[in-house]
Amino acid sequence: MIVTLLVFAVLVAVAAWWLARQGLTARPWLEGQAAAELAAPGIPPLPTAKIGLGIFLAVATLLLSLLVSAYAMRMEMADWRPLPQPLLLWANTFVLVLSSLALHWAARSARRGHRAGVQDGLLAGGLTALLFLAGQLLAWRQLAAAGYRPAANPADAFFYLITAAHGLHLLGGLAALGRAGARLARGATTARLRLSVELCATYWHFLLLAWLCLFALLAHAPSIAWLAALCTAPFR
Amino acid sequence: MAVALIMVLVAIGSVVFHWLSPWWWTPIASNWEYIDQTLIITFWITGIAFVAVVGFMAWCIFRYRHRPGQQAHYEPENKRLEVWLTVATALGVAAMLAPGLFVWSQFVSVPDDATEIEVVGKQWQWSYRLPGEDGKLGTSDVRLISDTNPLGLNPDDPNGRDDVVIEAGDLHLPVGRPVKVLLRAIDVLHDFYVPEFRAKMDMIPGSVTYFWFTPTRTGTFESLCAELCGVGHAVMRGRVVVQTEEEYQAWLQGQRTFAQLAAR
Amino acid sequence: MGDVAHTAGTAVPHDDIDGAELYHPHSWLTKYVFSQDAKVIGVQYALTAIAIGMVALVLSWLMRLQLGFPGTFDFIDPAAYYQFITMHGMIMVVYLLTALFLGGFGNYLIPLMLGARDMVFPYVNMLSYWIYLLAVLVLVASFFAPGGPTGAGWTLYPPQAILSGTPGGQDWGIILMLLSLCLFIIGFTMGGLNYTVTVLQARTRGMTLMRMPLTIWGIFTATVMALLAFPALFVGAVMMLLDRLLGTSFFMPALVEMGQQLSYGGGSPILFQHLFWFFGHPEVYIVALPAFGIVSDLIATHARRNIFGYRMMVWAIVIIGALSFIVWAHHMYVSGMHPWFGFFFATTTLIIAIPTAIKVYNWLLTLWRGNIHLNLPMLFALGFIVTFVNGGLTGLFLGNVVVDVPLSDTMFVVAHFHMVMGVAPVMVIYGALYHWYPKVTGRMLDDMMGKIHFWVTFLGAYLIFFPMHYLGLLGVPRRYHDIGQTSFVPDSAHTLNAFISVVALVVGAAQLLFLFNLFWSLRRGKEAGPNPWNATTLEWQTPETPPGHGNWGRELPVVYRWAYDYSVPGAARDFTPQNEPPPAAAP
Repeated sequence: MIVTLLVFAVLVAVAAWWLARQGLTARPWLEGQAAAELAAPGIPPLPTAKIGLGIFLAVATLLLSLLVSAYAMRMEMADWRPLPQPLLLWANTFVLVLSSLALHWAARSARRGHRAGVQDGLLAGGLTALLFLAGQLLAWRQLAAAGYRPAANPADAFFYLITAAHGLHLLGGLAALGRAGARLARGATTARLRLSVELCATYWHFLLLAWLCLFALLAHAPSIAWLAALCTAPFR
Repeated sequence: MAVALIMVLVAIGSVVFHWLSPWWWTPIASNWEYIDQTLIITFWITGIAFVAVVGFMAWCIFRYRHRPGQQAHYEPENKRLEVWLTVATALGVAAMLAPGLFVWSQFVSVPDDATEIEVVGKQWQWSYRLPGEDGKLGTSDVRLISDTNPLGLNPDDPNGRDDVVIEAGDLHLPVGRPVKVLLRAIDVLHDFYVPEFRAKMDMIPGSVTYFWFTPTRTGTFESLCAELCGVGHAVMRGRVVVQTEEEYQAWLQGQRTFAQLAAR
Repeated sequence: MGDVAHTAGTAVPHDDIDGAELYHPHSWLTKYVFSQDAKVIGVQYALTAIAIGMVALVLSWLMRLQLGFPGTFDFIDPAAYYQFITMHGMIMVVYLLTALFLGGFGNYLIPLMLGARDMVFPYVNMLSYWIYLLAVLVLVASFFAPGGPTGAGWTLYPPQAILSGTPGGQDWGIILMLLSLCLFIIGFTMGGLNYTVTVLQARTRGMTLMRMPLTIWGIFTATVMALLAFPALFVGAVMMLLDRLLGTSFFMPALVEMGQQLSYGGGSPILFQHLFWFFGHPEVYIVALPAFGIVSDLIATHARRNIFGYRMMVWAIVIIGALSFIVWAHHMYVSGMHPWFGFFFATTTLIIAIPTAIKVYNWLLTLWRGNIHLNLPMLFALGFIVTFVNGGLTGLFLGNVVVDVPLSDTMFVVAHFHMVMGVAPVMVIYGALYHWYPKVTGRMLDDMMGKIHFWVTFLGAYLIFFPMHYLGLLGVPRRYHDIGQTSFVPDSAHTLNAFISVVALVVGAAQLLFLFNLFWSLRRGKEAGPNPWNATTLEWQTPETPPGHGNWGRELPVVYRWAYDYSVPGAARDFTPQNEPPPAAAP
């Protein structure tokens, strides 16, 4: 649970930092401040949807970190037999990087008002994301064919579970991407689409980062075994 | 008025019930009277807090109930009062925590001369294993469990050959000798619970847990399962017989070892 | 929409702002059924939660009948008994208390108390309710599935939860239970995002965080906690589902069941317990914090006094919320985890008692020198204080690791958690329903029925759970459908059990009276007017009662003061609404 607690500590730190700027030591019953507070709102706050996505990403991070925690706790036991990592996963990782870049491009184009750029970026991002998912499915098939089925060993089960959790998140992202694409096709202006595209891009970057962490864990667990040992020592 | 009175009655009634209650812990039969003492300390501190809180509340209801012309006092906060209350609470909490942690450190430090015995839970009966002449328990593995080897002992382990195996019988213990109870389950979670011993611990399939205690008086005690283990949970009973050393040795002679059982 | 909150106060109609179109219902169906209005969604949540809560109530009757009069009712065999306790526990904790506090009160009160027109993502909010309803239906379906619902206890500990020795373990019961939980969590996350972002972004002008009523602080903090805690349950549920359906071994070690070697191997049952309680302990506070917040407002309003030590109250809520994530293993003192953890978790657990105690003191100090109106919301608030203090204090027994050893898994635990997170939050729910019903319907609940309801519920619940502690002290284990002939259990304990059961039936009947009142007063209750309690918070200052669509007419309210200006010296009335300008600033 140490990984989870670390993630949790980071979230608490962010929350504490934010709360500390909210004047929690103010004495609200003293009316003197009223006028000042009712003055101009100051810096415009972030768009609501971005805050919503940020909070969702925090939840998703915690979810993945719980899986990682469980993985680390389980890895400790004697019968742990890590499964081979197909080379295909490296190719998939590369495709996901491309996907993320494409959406970054789309978001940049949206900010500059380049309609064609948005269109190409969304299309490329969506297709590469689909390719990534297809690649992951193929990797599952290769492993299953080689005898590494979910019920064979906890290491295998964790591999399927973690890749599925990541893949489902990407699938959800594709739904949002598809919606933005449909609005573009119906002729929505880039200005109106800008927020949606930016949100998609943020989400894609998050999923890429998450995948890199998970891939490092799944493929290179032995090299970080000492870390896991450290983290789970008290739970043995 | 009536409300305040009823609240006072609730507080007083709780205290009276506590003193008059015929339901109280079973007479202790182990060395853990420290646990009982910590419990008594906790009862005193929490009891005083409860009566104080409910009593003060009842007084407020009576004294500051709405009457024509009544005006509430405007006072957003009172730092001094709040700090004092916080400090007093912290002291009360510390007074419960300190003895609690002290006793816990004893609870988790098994004395070196404790005899290791094993209790094995399965749906829905207890089995026991005592070390033989060598004083050591042999290794075991769930995968080795079969009709002739119900506890899954390792037949190749010389330490296990002379282990005494008691399947679905009574556990006998000599009085006054500390025991470390190793706990094993072969199907689901169980919890070996003898109220008179105060100590208990879950047993988890796949690992071995433990607790220790010293039986301090002879007698027969009923053991129950205290972790939900399926439909037979409530009928998972056993008995622990605490005897003098001579009685215990006499009983022990009549028991069969793993080697004898396997040769059958 | 954040900018809306800041511009709309200057008389710009909400509807005209780009990107912030208010949802407009076009038909009866979209107004009352597939509504995106948070108020309607809140009522839907509340009614669904109360409906499923009635199922839990009936289940509690059935199990009390069995415990009080074992052997009398043939249809309650051990399997049925375990199914009853499991479903009762799960429904009460998750589907009733969590859903009612956050989904019900959260939806109704957050926009109104903050001066917003609605939640920030109304469509997602609507989906949240419908997924919750689906979760409830899946749960109910398990009653009709072959083998019946799961009887694994609400903690669902593996391995027994998915083995044949447990009702529903090898049938549909456990599968539907886990699916339902996953659905609930997905639905809740959608709602939770809404509540959080609405508090962050949609507060009206002048509504600083420190001017928010404590109700909102409680719901907000609890929502953030729930967003962080539920993923742990989600992960645990998915992994157990895979263990059950695909034969994976996340939580399943090698084991022999009824003489059969199973093909599982290598999993860790303790891992599930860690995941479950990483959710399960914060869950206690997810229920408690909204109750803390609401009861603060009830006490302040009906004692006509500012809440004492508002800042302390806010800090305590936040600190309790954060601390509650590092105490989870106090549910596992006797689970066989590493014993050194006992020191850490006992210490954190008892530390959490300090901010909690501060909250209790501040409620009392709000009553002190107040002007206490003993109406129904106040009575329930007082009932809450008594039961919560009682249950909180017995928590100090169970949190103190070594004292927990003899008491764990006995009826003492059952009595403790029912007092502290059963009776106490339910007291607040009732207080809140009596308090806000006039806002929701425009009519008061009947006072006479309410008084009977209060006294029977409060005294009855106390009579049920206070003596129950002593059964636990005696050593009676929990989750026994029949303690039977046990050497250390005297006959008087059986008499006590029968007494508790009779009281439980009476208390249950009083809840039916409340339900009747709820519907009776809808037509026949006294007309309430916009602000029957002379309260200061914004929801009582709406132009219409019940509040219309969009809550505030053309102009959003502007907040000039905190939520607790009661009995201010020199003021004309004994309350000053939050949106009343200070005399100098008045035009």
